[in-house]
Amino acid sequence: MALEDICNFKDKPTRKTFPFYASEDTSVSVFTESFNFKWRGEMTSKKASDVPLEFHVPSLFKRPSSRASHSASVRRPFPLSHGTTTLGFIFQGGVIAAADTRASAGGLVACPAVHKITPIHSHLVVTSSGSGADCMLWERILTREIRLYQLRHKRRLSIRGTAKLLSLMLHPFKGTDVCVALTLCGWDKLIYVCSDGARLQGDIFSVGSGSPYAYGVLDRSLSWSLNKEEAILLAREAVFRATHRDAYSGNNVDLFHVTAEGWRQRQREDLKEEYYRDMEKRGKKMDVKTKKAAKIMR
Amino acid sequence: MEYLIGIQGPDFVLVAADNVAASSIIQMKHDYDKMFKLSEKILLLCVGEAGDTVQFAEYIQKNVQLYKMRNGYELSPSAAANFTRKNLADYLRSRTPYHVNLLLAGYDDADGPGLFYMDYLSSLAKAPFAAHGYGAFLTLSILDRDYKPDLTREEAMNILRKCVEELNKRFILNLHSFNVRLIDKDGIHDMEKLTVGAK
Repeated sequence: MALEDICNFKDKPTRKTFPFYASEDTSVSVFTESFNFKWRGEMTSKKASDVPLEFHVPSLFKRPSSRASHSASVRRPFPLSHGTTTLGFIFQGGVIAAADTRASAGGLVACPAVHKITPIHSHLVVTSSGSGADCMLWERILTREIRLYQLRHKRRLSIRGTAKLLSLMLHPFKGTDVCVALTLCGWDKLIYVCSDGARLQGDIFSVGSGSPYAYGVLDRSLSWSLNKEEAILLAREAVFRATHRDAYSGNNVDLFHVTAEGWRQRQREDLKEEYYRDMEKRGKKMDVKTKKAAKIMR
Repeated sequence: MEYLIGIQGPDFVLVAADNVAASSIIQMKHDYDKMFKLSEKILLLCVGEAGDTVQFAEYIQKNVQLYKMRNGYELSPSAAANFTRKNLADYLRSRTPYHVNLLLAGYDDADGPGLFYMDYLSSLAKAPFAAHGYGAFLTLSILDRDYKPDLTREEAMNILRKCVEELNKRFILNLHSFNVRLIDKDGIHDMEKLTVGAK
């Protein structure tokens, strides 16, 4: 492969065709330095740069030969947590990122107070959905890689570069059970990266089992010219409606507002309150309605 | 779900692709560009599995550009198509095959326009017109009927419009806008996006 040669790109072990069976060495090392785009042949001193990510894979693991199969060769003690509602959108005042806080494992609420929005650095926030453990791990890996890049190159990697780096790091795990769908929220950009390999830049993204419900609210009312309060209200309502309908989302809502000055986190709000407020509003409307109906009946 | 179409004329190739980037039932983007510029006169249209499309297309794109840097002249569309097919074939029987369907459209100063159809099993065929996706089932017959080798640009656009109308009428999914580009001896030209109102 021509491009690989000229960049001295180290081929990841997972892409080689040697068999990867049980009795052999079962740790998969992914050399993260090889993702750092070096010019010319010389790799800088190996000891400084090559920090392998050692994933110790259980001995029953067999690299799936067909991408499509998702069957777990290792029996899991419980189903992976997948349900979520996260969303992010751009408006004139920056970017809003919102997410619920429920971690579900099958039918169980494994944790009602999870942080699904994590800051990577002062101007980048990432919302996560998919498997909780995978997301936490990959967020930490991403934070580390971004920090290392900043230390090495004395400048911060752009959000697009971050998204591409993340996508490249996830690529060897495509076809395995790694399930990660992150939305990188900068102050003027929103990029969706998922473990399938998709990398999309856009103005509005909602991810997770509750995302269709959130889209329903967002697509109706979102506009560029919202002010900060309206945007926050909209994000909160979108998450609320999604958690109302989706069993796997709920509990509280986290809201981050990212601007050119950095991110600011709002205090976590219990959606129970939002529900009661909503019922009250309807209650008032209901009162008027029933009164009118009663009048007509009389 | 996704749709690609290409029509070759006597001195041009007209290509169009839909603009939807979907994730299961949700349209994540409405303005997604599925065409990759390989060189001044070659376009690669790529659809298929989520990450594979971009990874593979960018790989081919960078390699074609590397060829030009190394050798001083560009790959012809036919050479680029064969290179692409070879890569698809090499990966086909590996552990990580690329599930992508491609159309490569280009203009060669020596051989004229060319449209190449490739699919995920790494078949390659030079064709006067071609389409990918479920929409192809609905529109290939229109192309069979109305295509002639000496099309003008206007006639090609009309056939394209007819295909899009048919999709709008009979295809179960709503593909409401299409990127259209034309390649001729002067390079790649962006044409007006074809949009259809909601059904």
